[in-house]
Amino acid sequence: MTTRANASWRAGAALCVGVLLRPSAAAAHLVTTGMGPVYDGIGHLLLTPEDLVPVLALALFAGLRGAAQGRRAMFLLPAAWLAGGLIGLRVTAVPAFPVPAVSFLILGALVAADLRLPANGVAVLAVVLGLVHGVLNGAALRQGAGGLGLIGIMAALFVLVALASAFVVSLERPWTRVAVRVAGSWVAASGLLLLGWAFRK
Amino acid sequence: MSVSRKAAHSFAVPLLVALALAAMPHPAIAHVEQGQAAGFLTGLKHPWSGLDHVLAMIAVGLWGAQLGNPALWLLPVTFPMMMSLGALMGLIGMGLPGVEIGIALSSLLLGGMVMGEARPKLAVAVLLVGFFAVFHGHAHGTELPPGQSGLLYSMGFVIATGCLHGMGIGIGLVHRWPAGRLALRGAGAFIAGMGLFFLARALT
Repeated sequence: MTTRANASWRAGAALCVGVLLRPSAAAAHLVTTGMGPVYDGIGHLLLTPEDLVPVLALALFAGLRGAAQGRRAMFLLPAAWLAGGLIGLRVTAVPAFPVPAVSFLILGALVAADLRLPANGVAVLAVVLGLVHGVLNGAALRQGAGGLGLIGIMAALFVLVALASAFVVSLERPWTRVAVRVAGSWVAASGLLLLGWAFRK
Repeated sequence: MSVSRKAAHSFAVPLLVALALAAMPHPAIAHVEQGQAAGFLTGLKHPWSGLDHVLAMIAVGLWGAQLGNPALWLLPVTFPMMMSLGALMGLIGMGLPGVEIGIALSSLLLGGMVMGEARPKLAVAVLLVGFFAVFHGHAHGTELPPGQSGLLYSMGFVIATGCLHGMGIGIGLVHRWPAGRLALRGAGAFIAGMGLFFLARALT
């Protein structure tokens, strides 16, 4: 009975993730929801695959490493993102280098390899990802939602990392973990392609 | 065990609610940047557009199903990664000689492996699949219509490729029955035959 309920909510969760990633997700850098800067921040994260996919990949990886690592990522990533965002709000120009492509590649490969990092590995990844993407977000938000937008992004980050990593922690059958790793390999593959688009001849 | 089950279950309801809420605001803002969703759909559709491409990717899934774990999932993981590498080479302007011949050979050889139920060492199988994936990526990964998002196109392209492998694995599950084994080898023969046809077309 519990197993069946478990399976059915997993199917529901997978469906919801599918809905989240559905094609209507426009990669807008300045999302205007019309509901104020906090919602603009939430909308920015959820509608920008360049930010959303690396965050989900980190959450999947933290989940593969266990509940404790997931908890650390859940708190560290939003904090680092805020710090990066506050720096970004004061930055006038960001390099043209395709940073998200590198995030896709590294985090996707880590998920695919299910790599056992040293004890603080996940924490370091979360802080670096948060700082780097936070700076880029902050620079983008300067003309838009501003600092309050960062609050929205933080809230969305916390919820996403908590849900996605807890989802992976709850997986018990070996093939379900393999499915997570396959998803990671797709993220890495997309990162390679993104790198190609950035340096297109 | 029961504790984790219960914990997982109690977290299910908020998960569904939160995800549903998160998914809600989309339609209102989908107009900010146009053509982006089309990028995803174009990428998703592209791998299905050429029979040479489809057959090779299904062959990878079929072969993985014949070989069983870990090739079952290792081959379909290798293909999209190496395919992306091929597309990266194409995008940054690195040439690759004989792309059409490579794609035709991939159908011929992978179909042949399925037909013969070949069981080489895992590394050899991965190398074979990875080598030919580069040609597929070089030919198909770089065809983005103007004005569409490269990232969403790429994600659609990779996901569709993975789903084609999944189809191959799904079909390959008939391997557990003797008649299914025979059917799989027949499918391999068909793919190899089509590979010969593609090869003839590429060489003329």
